Amino acid sequence: MSDDVVLRLEGVTKVYSGTVALRSADFEIRKGAVNVLVGENGAGKSTMMKLVAGVETPTSGRILLDGREVKFADTSAAMAAGVGMVFQELNLFGNLTVAENIFANREIMKAGHIDHAEQERQAGELMARLQTGVDPKAMVEDLMIGQQQLVEIAKATARNARILIMDEPTSALSAPEVEILFRVIADLKAKGVAIVYISHRLEELIRIGDYITVLRDGRVTGSRAMADVDVPWIVRQMIGSDAKDFSQAGDHAFGEEMLRLEDISLLRATGGYAVDHVSLTVRAGEILGVYGLMGAGRSELLECIIGRHPLAAGRIFVDGRPVRERDIGGRIARGLALIPEDRQRDGLAQILSIGENLVMSSLHKLARVFHISASAEAEAIKREVRDLSIKVVDASAPVSSLSGGNQQKVVIGKALLTEPKVLLMDEPSRGIDIGVKGDVFRIMRGLAAKGLGIVFVTSDLDEALALSDRIAVMSKGRLTAMLDRAGATGAAIVAASSVGHGPAPLKGTLQ
Amino acid sequence: MTAAAQRSASRRTGGSLTLNLMRLRTFIALFAVLIVFSFAAPNFLSTANLVLMSKHVALNAFLAIGMTFVIVTGGIDLSVGSIVGLCGMTAGGLILHGIELPIGYTVLFNVYEIVLITLLLGVLIGFLNGLLITRLNVAPFIATLGTLYVARGAALLSSDGATFPNLEGNPALGTTGYGFIGAGSFLHLPVSIWLLVVVALAAAYLARWTPLGRHIFAVGGNERAAALSGIRVVRVKIFVYMFSGFCAAIVGLVVSSELMAAHPATGESFELNAIAAAVLGGTSMSGGRGTVGGTVIGAFVIGILSDGLVMMGVSSFWQMVIKGVVIIAAVVVDQAQRKLQARVALQQMTSAA
Repeated sequence: MSDDVVLRLEGVTKVYSGTVALRSADFEIRKGAVNVLVGENGAGKSTMMKLVAGVETPTSGRILLDGREVKFADTSAAMAAGVGMVFQELNLFGNLTVAENIFANREIMKAGHIDHAEQERQAGELMARLQTGVDPKAMVEDLMIGQQQLVEIAKATARNARILIMDEPTSALSAPEVEILFRVIADLKAKGVAIVYISHRLEELIRIGDYITVLRDGRVTGSRAMADVDVPWIVRQMIGSDAKDFSQAGDHAFGEEMLRLEDISLLRATGGYAVDHVSLTVRAGEILGVYGLMGAGRSELLECIIGRHPLAAGRIFVDGRPVRERDIGGRIARGLALIPEDRQRDGLAQILSIGENLVMSSLHKLARVFHISASAEAEAIKREVRDLSIKVVDASAPVSSLSGGNQQKVVIGKALLTEPKVLLMDEPSRGIDIGVKGDVFRIMRGLAAKGLGIVFVTSDLDEALALSDRIAVMSKGRLTAMLDRAGATGAAIVAASSVGHGPAPLKGTLQ
Repeated sequence: MTAAAQRSASRRTGGSLTLNLMRLRTFIALFAVLIVFSFAAPNFLSTANLVLMSKHVALNAFLAIGMTFVIVTGGIDLSVGSIVGLCGMTAGGLILHGIELPIGYTVLFNVYEIVLITLLLGVLIGFLNGLLITRLNVAPFIATLGTLYVARGAALLSSDGATFPNLEGNPALGTTGYGFIGAGSFLHLPVSIWLLVVVALAAAYLARWTPLGRHIFAVGGNERAAALSGIRVVRVKIFVYMFSGFCAAIVGLVVSSELMAAHPATGESFELNAIAAAVLGGTSMSGGRGTVGGTVIGAFVIGILSDGLVMMGVSSFWQMVIKGVVIIAAVVVDQAQRKLQARVALQQMTSAA
């Protein structure tokens, strides 16, 4: 218990309807240091920080600020006490300018009205410190997601917070933007600000963290100085063992060609190609990893295949036969299925139940003429819950009651119930914890062994190397490399993913 | 049917206990108004009065059922009251005058054809609403506000603002018997009540047991996810507006048949009563949640409330105030119940933890 602890949680428990998010957890936040909080999804990190930031109040336990017990009734109370938070889901007003967002609810006044000039000047200074080059008069909705994240950070730093919580701040940032953020963090540290840093990226944590606290299932499983820990230790505390389970490839032989793409192209609204004449094939039982940086056109490629973009050009063949259907429903009927990247926005209807979400895509298969068979529906739900080992007490509970990983399984189950031949998975392991990640990888292997063709998009190099039978690399909308498992190296992949970003672009597509 | 399927079917719209309490809440309101008025208003519980009130309620209930599906998809249909008026005028005009062709002939239809044409007109206006909203991307509020004015104007134009009286028809032309829909009875109950039973059961079946019905809820729950799941969102949306127009056309027929006259101003502000009934019945304005049963009960609460107040001799000005308070109270109680529900579950979890 050193003196530099600004804020301490003691035996804090938080119960939500349906789940205990935190069980008598202790946590110390030290000033002038980066206090790392790590754990699987649903381990209680975000909950803990919501308590500190006054978004929620603890069910039991105490919060001590400078040794005195405090109760934050709301976020403004916490803010007044010097706690600022950069939320994982951005809390910005898209319809307002950058400056208006930064000074929202604490506008600079002059003679009874808002002094826009002064706000813009100060916002400009803040943005300059973050080296973003963002115009403070720009509308937030016009910014790229990474820039929005930086605005959010600027907003929090502008309040001169003593404690600054960053919940997955780098999840949407490019590598150079991450470097800028780290410089800002070092800056704040030097000024004595206590930083709480939440992230899934372990390398990142080890690099910038000073103290680390690990959560598992709402309990604190370890708390140490960063100098004393290594990655295996963190992983052990997080999941109870140090396995990173990619589920090794089976020995099954590949079958017939399941998917063939010829010259798939999609024009960007702003000019140029989002997907630039991509051709590739996937065989039955094969897992094709598509690697690329953000904006390389990977998601757009999958969306072209599933029919999200009516203006996409090119030819698609499933199981040897051309796909002429233009609409998503028709393509699903032809054996294509997409697991979207953003399951909250594109994958699930949160207000509906787990079961209703599972069968959403396959109701016509469960109906005779127009009558849905109750037994067929219950059977389908039961089968997916069992096959995908979705942790469900009651399939009629709202899908929002599940953890991120189990929600992802529901999205996968929904796609599988359409009996696809080719499964398109966009970042299937994004935002889910290591334990469930292993499940998802095993499911992918199992499906491939059953003869499905799988195309999955990933930004994780390890994942691409460990899981793929072949790796396609995209850069600026073009397919820049197609590597066999045997021939693929991290260096080759990274090189191909930056083609076109350098001075000498590579022409044509590779096979 | 297995127990699990029964559960999942009966809990279509979220937490089971919450929903049950919500349903109970509307029931409680229904019984409360029944009990209050049976003491306060003489003859309130007489069979004749109950049948009469049911007929009033039925009008609003038809519209509210159609409105429920629209609201569940996240939309709104303001045009239903005007569709009622226009459809009534259409039926009245066809009975009295038929269609005069410019070449000097007049086409006359029998009652069955007239009913069919009127229903198709309602569906057609709904289809136009749907096209505006899906293909031309007009916000539902604006699109249906536009059709509200257009349909009302068309109704007034059809007779220059006059009433089509005496819709008895001509036996020689087969246009008699129009009054059966609004004034006839079958097994001691008015035909309009039977119609409501049929429409309500069909709508409830649609919502629960058909892919289309489930798609309506999926679209309201998350439109993007629904689209990526292969649901034809455009078709689903167009359907709900067509169904809403269909329900409004039924009301147009029932009203004009009951009065044996068609007035172009019929149905003014009916859309607001329909929205109120749906909301009172637990339909969420943000989409994804609502039941046909809840909506019908909501329509009964509103209908009985206004009829009972009339019987008590309460001034119509006060009636409006009371109706407004009840609607607001219903939503406030709905929200409070949700919070309470969450807290109870929370306490259970705490004691279990």
